[in-house]
Amino acid sequence: MDFQLSEEHLMVQKMVRDFVQKEVKPVIQEWDRKQEMAPFILPRMAELGILGINIPVRYGGQGFDYITLGLVCEELEAGDSPLRVVMSVHMGLNSMALLQWGTEEQKQKFLTPQATGEKYACFGLTEPGAGSDVAGMKATARREGDEYVLNGEKMWISLASKAHHALIVARTNPDADPHDGLSAFIVELDRKGITTGDIHGKLGMRAGSTGYIAMQDVRVPVENRLGEEGEGFKIAMSCLDNGRYTVAAGATGLIRASLDASVKYSHERKAFNKEIGQFQLVQQKIAYMVQQYETSRLLYLKAGWLKNQGVRNTRETSLAKWYATDASFDAASEAIQVHGAYGYSDEYDVERYLRNSKGGVIYEGTSEIHQLMQAGYALGYRKDADLRCELPAYDAEYWQAEG
Amino acid sequence: MKIAVFVKQVPDSAAKLSVDNGAVNWGDAPLVINPWDEYAVEAALQLAEKHNGEVAAISMGGEDAKEALKHALAMGAGSAMLISDAALANADAAAAAKVFAAAVQKLGGVDLAIFGKQAIDSDTGLAPAMTARVLGWPALTMLAAIPALDAGAKTIKVERAIEEGRQVVEGKLPAVLSIVKDYAEPRYPSFMGIRKASKAEIPVWSLADLGISAPESKVRWTEISAPPAREVTSEMVTGANADEIAAKLADLIIAEGVL
Repeated sequence: MDFQLSEEHLMVQKMVRDFVQKEVKPVIQEWDRKQEMAPFILPRMAELGILGINIPVRYGGQGFDYITLGLVCEELEAGDSPLRVVMSVHMGLNSMALLQWGTEEQKQKFLTPQATGEKYACFGLTEPGAGSDVAGMKATARREGDEYVLNGEKMWISLASKAHHALIVARTNPDADPHDGLSAFIVELDRKGITTGDIHGKLGMRAGSTGYIAMQDVRVPVENRLGEEGEGFKIAMSCLDNGRYTVAAGATGLIRASLDASVKYSHERKAFNKEIGQFQLVQQKIAYMVQQYETSRLLYLKAGWLKNQGVRNTRETSLAKWYATDASFDAASEAIQVHGAYGYSDEYDVERYLRNSKGGVIYEGTSEIHQLMQAGYALGYRKDADLRCELPAYDAEYWQAEG
Repeated sequence: MKIAVFVKQVPDSAAKLSVDNGAVNWGDAPLVINPWDEYAVEAALQLAEKHNGEVAAISMGGEDAKEALKHALAMGAGSAMLISDAALANADAAAAAKVFAAAVQKLGGVDLAIFGKQAIDSDTGLAPAMTARVLGWPALTMLAAIPALDAGAKTIKVERAIEEGRQVVEGKLPAVLSIVKDYAEPRYPSFMGIRKASKAEIPVWSLADLGISAPESKVRWTEISAPPAREVTSEMVTGANADEIAAKLADLIIAEGVL
């Protein structure tokens, strides 16, 4: 067993941390108040190569491993959660699905421009009436010759209004078992019949883009179907294995940010003639944050290691996501408590941490869904079905070759 | 054009200093590339890009100093070398300058030797001028801009950041430069650069490799003590509006004799 990050990991971590510190932290409060995504975020992340961090160089990426993706997500969310959300949807839920399930033509056509950052990508699974109940979705894709005609609405879609490509899951066979009647498509969002927009008035993630994709008779060529017809449910679930990984790593960053802010304030703030860090009840909060950070980090790094090995990790990723997001909500809440009244104001970052943390507890499987999954595995009720295409194990030589 | 850029590995600027048993203690502060040297590397890279040059990063120190060199490689430097020798353990700026000059000579064909304006650990800022003196090259220090450089004609025109403003100076190559913050924001290491740097085998040069004997340090540290803690009081200036607060603040500044 080796707990040592590589020199590459540490250098990437520092580079992304510097980017967040220098370019994002100074302005993030302003964009959070405006409830808008800062326009420089996506182009800058693209320019720096972050949008293709763990995609093989031959497909326009940077050729790093899955652990690097986790470390990047931790650094991004230590700055602001919507930064990490970019990686969840663009990378975890979309680009990695193309890497796992895409044909060579699809990788060239969609994955490469996404990895270079020329195109942004999102993921359309959730609907106004279907969240945890994926199989209950209403969107349809009707085959007509060499095309599919898509209709329906996707809701709570991060980057809906910014992305060029969306991975859309829709029902292709209304008569089949719901788990066999879904198919996945890569849809260019400038196709006729598509409308997108942002949702405002969210509790958190205010400096991010969350929206909807409405589809009315959208014609998509058969070549855009990802995987086989009827494989949509399995593809969607495999996407979540990767998206949840980024959420877990990001939530770990949010815990770290809450801890760092609390430690700093505990040294600065004095009450009863001593710094508040001297009080045991404050120390208890700090201790729990340390525990939550270290535990979350171990869980997500283990999931990342399993991905590197090419070992199925649905169970471990679910556990990491459940634990880290719940813990991030706790840590952010306690960070506010440490800050007292100042923590209640947006003069300090911790109130934003709390508002942002709640999203992670809900999306990509609510904490309740993950509890059911973990109990199901433990009780033997739940087994992972084999997939026709597994996420490829990390092979440094292949990943880094020019192709 | 061949450029040598000198970098130093130093304790992070957030380090808390103390003096323990007559020696400076940096605590467990992480070591980082000297922040001023990042500007020097940026200047070197920009000049190399513009004049089709090559950049070699050089550091003097122990194994830790390889991290600073790897940072420079990850930013885009083409090569890196570490000068390490037990005889240099307590080298002062004058001794270091002799070593730096020898390294420049060993590299050969160097047109520019570039430094950050100072290192944040020792803070002397002496290395650029002293190295220039040893090499017998012009020292163009505290540069905020290099508006003209003709590699063929071996001429350079620079803007120095001085207290009174900007001073424009012309000189000849080869030269030693030191760079200040105004020059350009240092780039981040690129991901491809990180991969290259993490795999790089950095050659280590001893004094014997440089063909010099251990230079004598002139500075003796007879006693080291921490400066006395300053008594600081703070006062919040309040008022009904910004104008009123500004007026009160101005009165206070005048009363305290700050202006």
